[in-house]
Amino acid sequence: MQKDIRRLSLLLLFAPFALWITLLIVLPHLGMLHISLREKVAPRVYEFGFGNYLNFFNEPIYWNTLLRTGSMSLLVTLLALILGFPIAYYIAKIAGRRARGALFLMCLIPLWVSDLIRAFGWILLLRETGVISSSLQWAGVINAPIEFLYNDATVIMGLVYTVILFMIVPLVSTLDGMDDAMIEAGYNLGGNGPTVLRRIIIPYAMPGIVSGCIVVFMLTAGSYLTPILLGGKNSSWFTEQIYDQFITRYNWEAGAAFGFVLLAFTSLVVWGGLKLTGQTLSTTVARS
Amino acid sequence: MQSAAEHDLECHQVSKRFGSVRAVDDVSFVIPKGSFFSILGPSGCGKTTLMRMIAGFEQPSSGDIKIKGKSVIGTPPNRRNVKMVFQHLALFPMMNVYDNIAYGLRCAGASKDVIRTKVHQVLERISLPDVAQREISQLSGGQKQRIAIARCMVLDPDVLLLDEPLGALDLKLREAMKIELKLLQHQFDTTFVYITHDQSEALVMSDHVAVMNGGKFVQIGTPQELYHKPAAAFVAGFVGHTNRWAGRVARVEGGEVEVATEGGLTVRGTVRGTGVPQVGDIVNVYVRPEFISAKRSAGQSGQAEGRHNVIAGKVDSILFNGANSRALVRDGTGELIEADVVLTGGAQDPKSKDEVALTWPIAQTLIFMD
Repeated sequence: MQKDIRRLSLLLLFAPFALWITLLIVLPHLGMLHISLREKVAPRVYEFGFGNYLNFFNEPIYWNTLLRTGSMSLLVTLLALILGFPIAYYIAKIAGRRARGALFLMCLIPLWVSDLIRAFGWILLLRETGVISSSLQWAGVINAPIEFLYNDATVIMGLVYTVILFMIVPLVSTLDGMDDAMIEAGYNLGGNGPTVLRRIIIPYAMPGIVSGCIVVFMLTAGSYLTPILLGGKNSSWFTEQIYDQFITRYNWEAGAAFGFVLLAFTSLVVWGGLKLTGQTLSTTVARS
Repeated sequence: MQSAAEHDLECHQVSKRFGSVRAVDDVSFVIPKGSFFSILGPSGCGKTTLMRMIAGFEQPSSGDIKIKGKSVIGTPPNRRNVKMVFQHLALFPMMNVYDNIAYGLRCAGASKDVIRTKVHQVLERISLPDVAQREISQLSGGQKQRIAIARCMVLDPDVLLLDEPLGALDLKLREAMKIELKLLQHQFDTTFVYITHDQSEALVMSDHVAVMNGGKFVQIGTPQELYHKPAAAFVAGFVGHTNRWAGRVARVEGGEVEVATEGGLTVRGTVRGTGVPQVGDIVNVYVRPEFISAKRSAGQSGQAEGRHNVIAGKVDSILFNGANSRALVRDGTGELIEADVVLTGGAQDPKSKDEVALTWPIAQTLIFMD
């Protein structure tokens, strides 16, 4: 009796998660997989085949876009790490107990505004008639208005801004668990600043670093709004290709195939990163 | 200069202020080469701050710290040849034992061969030759302790600082580690500075002990001196176990005074520490339980006899603890007195409700001015 109740409560607790994962993740993906594996031979006539995937590899513009998205996402991840690490270190190790909460909150506040509004904020600042361009003209630094939007640097900056929080949070929680005495021991045994950073702090924070990098890379490679709004037509982000196939060309078969290519590509990069750093998913992302 | 070189560590009037708080207040001491020196004090007495200043993690507000005769003020921690065993050891969990020990040597730029030889030598010396490739999490508490010491000793420090490293261990292991630390210190022949709030650790291991309270050194001496000749009331109360009664001076006879305690006892004792008590002054009386002998009697003697205090009382309870067993005796006025008793398990053992006579020498009755 007791056992049955326990089993029932476990089932009830587990049910929402199971429903969520099957209805919103597994089933749609199975459907997409099915669509991606059919070729249109005549109106409303389909055949099973890998044509959609072959199309991707035969058309350089597609895989070039994917490679470009991948490399820019890696760059964004790297920049977020380089900028986020000192911030996380300051919050976790240097700031006082009371300042820590306030600083953490300040990192969270931008998340309360939607992606779209934040991107428009950037547009307001960076467009030809925007705040920066006009103030530079007013100060006499430049003569004619400058367009800061629609280039790669702006896209990367916007993406770093959007995702850096997801780098900071896991880093803070890992560094927080580090005993200050360990850093002092590093100095005491003869290490200087760079040695302590390289041999003690970074190896200790590795699970947090890898976990932050995975989340940031996935978010960046799969992002749509920021590259489109800040990069315009030039952004050539891979998610834009997928959108194009689905909505503009109404070619669901190609779009679904592209979706799976993106999933496979990002998974491959994450797997490579884990192998390279000697970490596993269970020591990084799965660690609370 | 010549005398300075004989001392591994010297502190001259070292002070440290945090705002208006004097964490360390005008502390001076010298530690001879190769000795085991303990700093003993209650938590918050400034002993950790003092140690952090020696290691270089804090800068003294004033005063000078010399290592091997050379001032280290302004020298960063990584350039001082003072190594530290941290309270929670601070072993690096992401490295194995070998890399933990090799870390310091690598920082010093030693070659691979030198590192390998030295690490294996030091592991031999701490009698853990086979653990080099183990992870830190696979070690027992005592092994971690020894690795933390080895990690410092492999660098041949002038002084090894130990910040209550036994605090986290369970009692049995702590007892074993006390002996082991003392042996290791002999073996490495290096000056150990040991910080603790546990008086038994300090007494068992040290050549010299400094008792610290409120940022100041109250007394420096051998464990025997501190125990038998405390220079201040704080030392008498903090080092070892003791009976303590507050009272007023009733009579003064040279170095001896008769005290009427608040509970109504009349005891005679010898004056220690600073100050000469006058009749009517408030004083504290300290008597260690092991100097009080309890004998079963029906006698009624209540006054000091000859060179001894004698007090009649009734056993309130027996605190059995093997060789350290103790009797709580309530005298006629209701004051509780602790006396060490030998319990053999026979019929002669004192029991609860027994009438006993407590006797202890006047010379072992220590009187300190309040």
